[in-house]
Amino acid sequence: MPVEIDIAKVASLARIALSPEELRRYGDQLGAILEHAERVQQLPTAGIPPTSHPVPMTNAFRDDVVTGSLPLADVLAGAPEAEDGYFRVPPVLGDS
Amino acid sequence: MSDYEAVIGIETHVELMTRSKMFCGCPVAFGEAPNTTTCPVCLGLPGAMPVPNAEAIEGILKIGTALDCHVADTSYFHRKNYFYPDLPKNYQISQYDVPICHDGSISIDVDGAATRIGITRVHMEEDTGKSIHMGGGGRIHDAEYSLLDFNRSGVPLVEIVTEPDIRSAEQARVYGAELQRIVRTLGVSDARLEEGSMRFDANISVRPTGSEVLGTRAEIKNVNSLRSLQRAVAFEIARQIELIESGGTVVQETRHWNEESGTTTSMRSKEESEDYRYFQEPDLVPIEVSAEWRDAVVAALPELPAAQRARYQALGVDARVAGVLVATDELGALFEEAMAAGGDPRLIGNWLSGEAVAWSRAEGVEVGASPVTASHLVELAAMVADATLSASAAKQVLTGVLGGEGSPAEVAEARDLVQISDQGVIAAAVDEVLAAHPDAVDGIRGGDMKPIGFLVGQVMRATGGKADPKQVQQLIRDKTTG
Amino acid sequence: MTDPADLTIKAAGAAMRAGELTSVDLTEAVLDRARITESHLHAFLTLDQDGAKAAAAAADAALTGGADAGPLHGIPIALKDNMCTKGIETTASSQILSGWIPPYNATVVDRLGAAGAVVVGKTNLDEFAMGSSTENSAYGTTRNPWDPETVPGGSSGGSAAAVAVGSALGAFGSDTGGSIRQPAALCGVVGMKPTYGLVSRYGLIAFASSLDQIGPFARSVEDAAVLLEAIAGFDIHDATSIRGDVPNIRGSLHDGVAGLKVGIVTELSTTGIDAEVRAAVDQTVDGLSNAGAEVVDVSLPSCEYGLSAYYLIAPAECSANLARFDGVRFGLRAEGATTEEMMAATRAEGFGPEVIRRILLGTYALSAGYYDAFYGQAQRVRTLIRREFAAAYEDVDVLVAPTSPTTAFPVGERAADPIAMYYSDVCTIPVNLTGDPAISVPVALDSKGLPIGFQVMAPALGEERLFQVAQTVEDIAGFTARAGLASSEVLQP
Repeated sequence: MPVEIDIAKVASLARIALSPEELRRYGDQLGAILEHAERVQQLPTAGIPPTSHPVPMTNAFRDDVVTGSLPLADVLAGAPEAEDGYFRVPPVLGDS
Repeated sequence: MSDYEAVIGIETHVELMTRSKMFCGCPVAFGEAPNTTTCPVCLGLPGAMPVPNAEAIEGILKIGTALDCHVADTSYFHRKNYFYPDLPKNYQISQYDVPICHDGSISIDVDGAATRIGITRVHMEEDTGKSIHMGGGGRIHDAEYSLLDFNRSGVPLVEIVTEPDIRSAEQARVYGAELQRIVRTLGVSDARLEEGSMRFDANISVRPTGSEVLGTRAEIKNVNSLRSLQRAVAFEIARQIELIESGGTVVQETRHWNEESGTTTSMRSKEESEDYRYFQEPDLVPIEVSAEWRDAVVAALPELPAAQRARYQALGVDARVAGVLVATDELGALFEEAMAAGGDPRLIGNWLSGEAVAWSRAEGVEVGASPVTASHLVELAAMVADATLSASAAKQVLTGVLGGEGSPAEVAEARDLVQISDQGVIAAAVDEVLAAHPDAVDGIRGGDMKPIGFLVGQVMRATGGKADPKQVQQLIRDKTTG
Repeated sequence: MTDPADLTIKAAGAAMRAGELTSVDLTEAVLDRARITESHLHAFLTLDQDGAKAAAAAADAALTGGADAGPLHGIPIALKDNMCTKGIETTASSQILSGWIPPYNATVVDRLGAAGAVVVGKTNLDEFAMGSSTENSAYGTTRNPWDPETVPGGSSGGSAAAVAVGSALGAFGSDTGGSIRQPAALCGVVGMKPTYGLVSRYGLIAFASSLDQIGPFARSVEDAAVLLEAIAGFDIHDATSIRGDVPNIRGSLHDGVAGLKVGIVTELSTTGIDAEVRAAVDQTVDGLSNAGAEVVDVSLPSCEYGLSAYYLIAPAECSANLARFDGVRFGLRAEGATTEEMMAATRAEGFGPEVIRRILLGTYALSAGYYDAFYGQAQRVRTLIRREFAAAYEDVDVLVAPTSPTTAFPVGERAADPIAMYYSDVCTIPVNLTGDPAISVPVALDSKGLPIGFQVMAPALGEERLFQVAQTVEDIAGFTARAGLASSEVLQP
């Protein structure tokens, strides 16, 4: 059974503007892929810890040393729009 | 108001004053030109990777252990996913289900009543950049466009979350002040509210007194002074009570504190709850804190404000005075130095928290910027002890010293405040007063002791306040009853 | 005399030190080869001819002056276009990064520079390394040099094809679910994924951070080892980089397999594997047995769930890794009245369908209410797979399997069916989940004349043993890409 998903909500969370037609298509495709991915649920995993990192390591830190920053020209070189040393964007709606 | 009880929890963000940022080698600096302290990592450029700053981990461990927290043996970084233009990666590296420090507490004192405020968690994260909203009077909703500066992006940020244990606006302010003092004492942050290196969000709800059920809460943001914290919390409590009393209901939302109007206004409702899709940060490995590491952090902690206040009180200093001394670095430093030089704790503590603070307020000058030194204070206390100065004269002398008139001896001399030490002069003054008030003398002789005070006052006036009042009183008693 | 573009790194290095070849001549030969083959293959997105010639001249001058940087000195190599190169456009084959010039180098790029290597260009890939055919590139499909009607595999198809035809003597790719080994198999070259953490990922445009690893393509096992040695080792800029000594990589290269125990992974070698691929693998295993290895069957039942776990974990990580492509600081920006609209429009316009599919999939797998059933469960299954591999290595020295279930498939055949495409990685994905190293060595051609890859896997940091077995496989198979490809149409001027 393909998995039913609220694809519009997912697209909104992922911040991708999709047309109703695209939403429907991706929704169908994801449903089919998830039907396959759901197979992971067949394996009993009670008491099994998750693996987030394949090679167990801890405490990878760096010393508190200033190693420098990029020249401003490099920082803004790729900017779609810049003004007075700032990145410029259209007005921001929400607040976070 | 007493029919309702407020339930308040506070989330505090503290920027750590490390040399470099949390995950890259850019400097932590303020006031630099926009985007000049940025690099691929804190700009979130493709391919860049974070590496945690060991000193920031050390800093959060200091804060956590100072707040009496448990330190997790193993804790993890998570990605908190949300899109916002000042968040370069569109996820914030933070901690989620296992913060590095948790379950601590802090004790605050309001009007002599000690209250324990539980600390839920202390976790490590990174700061965002800053947005400037251009046009439309700088208000976000009316802005024509926005400018982004990522200098602050990636500055180490510690979030400290309390249990909902705070019950009043006054307690909220005192909690904030105490936390600020603690992180400053630890030397991990300058904790300046007005510059944003310490920021408070308060979660506030009200409920009928005696109820165990929590009311719907509102979160207050944009509080940038301790005074605002108290005002904002007080306003919000009153707003919610008024709303409920008038038949309304509190909505769960984020509210913005407006300093000028002294009110909170709704920013956005949280009906659509955020879905941050937290998952363990795959670019970072777990933090493991051994018992040895934790013990070393604890052993190296400086004396914390609560312990400092207790030590001053043990020296005989009032609780209130101890609070003032500990709350102000320069006063505390002068006091400590004066104690080391053998000064009288009670007198010097009272002078610093009383006359020195009053002078500072009146003159608009920090005590630390005045010429007064610890040795001045010790000298002044000695002059009271050997009766060279009366207690009241000593206060006048201190004001003179603060004002740059010279050393205590010089000020006492110049202002003619040294007590008369010539017994003959005092005895003559007493005789003159007694002779001028025969009725009073008769009264005393008849067993009515009340006029003694009056006569002492007359002698003091006659001597320009330079006689030792105790000595004068004894002389009057001797001469009238002898 | 052999065209210098057809030399191995080892042979070219020897010729340079013997004074018979200069880096400039070698680089010119490689660039000439690219000029001939690119119209057929489209292996490169950027050919940096001027930069390569200047670097080659500098390498020659240094060598003349007695400064020998080692076995890669003066050797022309290619880089997958998801590794940041300062001053050279880096797109990850995405429209969203069109024209982006990184202000910094990936650690790997700096290390190759220090090793004296000459970068000839940036190779094509599936957009953000998501794919198994290089058809998902926003800049056109790369073709397989053995048959231009077929795909080169992916996602590092450009690097595999370039090395196969001699447009570079070696190349680097990234392997998240098989993206080095599978195209190496399909293009008849050696491709190797190192132990996770052995090579710095700093400056590699991330797809799935807990799976990605950079590794080499070469025309011989020994060349692959030389390329790996140049880039391996701890990097302070990558917190997942393994501290401590780099394993000895070439130490036992020619020690053979006598006395070693080799396990054939049943689950990766039977169901769904093309009969000709199976036959070639069986024949190679027989060869190993004849060479003195003890060969046993090993069952790793959780492997069957590897693909499912992978297609939850990798999309989840990519959904966050690709969030930074928002039109604010770099790359494409689409129109939008508000920043929110601009971001959503930019991402819709800048990402191709496979990338959008995976971002949506990962976003869903992490979202409230679904996390535990999907992402959380996939991570627990990952633990089971790791444990099974660890248990297997208690008994055997290396594991073997096919690299790809099939040889190169026709362009377009799987493009419309994501799940069929995902099955291309079924044999390669397990070691990405475990973090272990693996290598694909070409062993034979199928009846269509397309190469078949043989995969060797070893426990974490077991690179020395891995290369030792791989060298024996190469010796047994006697497969050389050059001989097979010599008559290919793509090599005809």
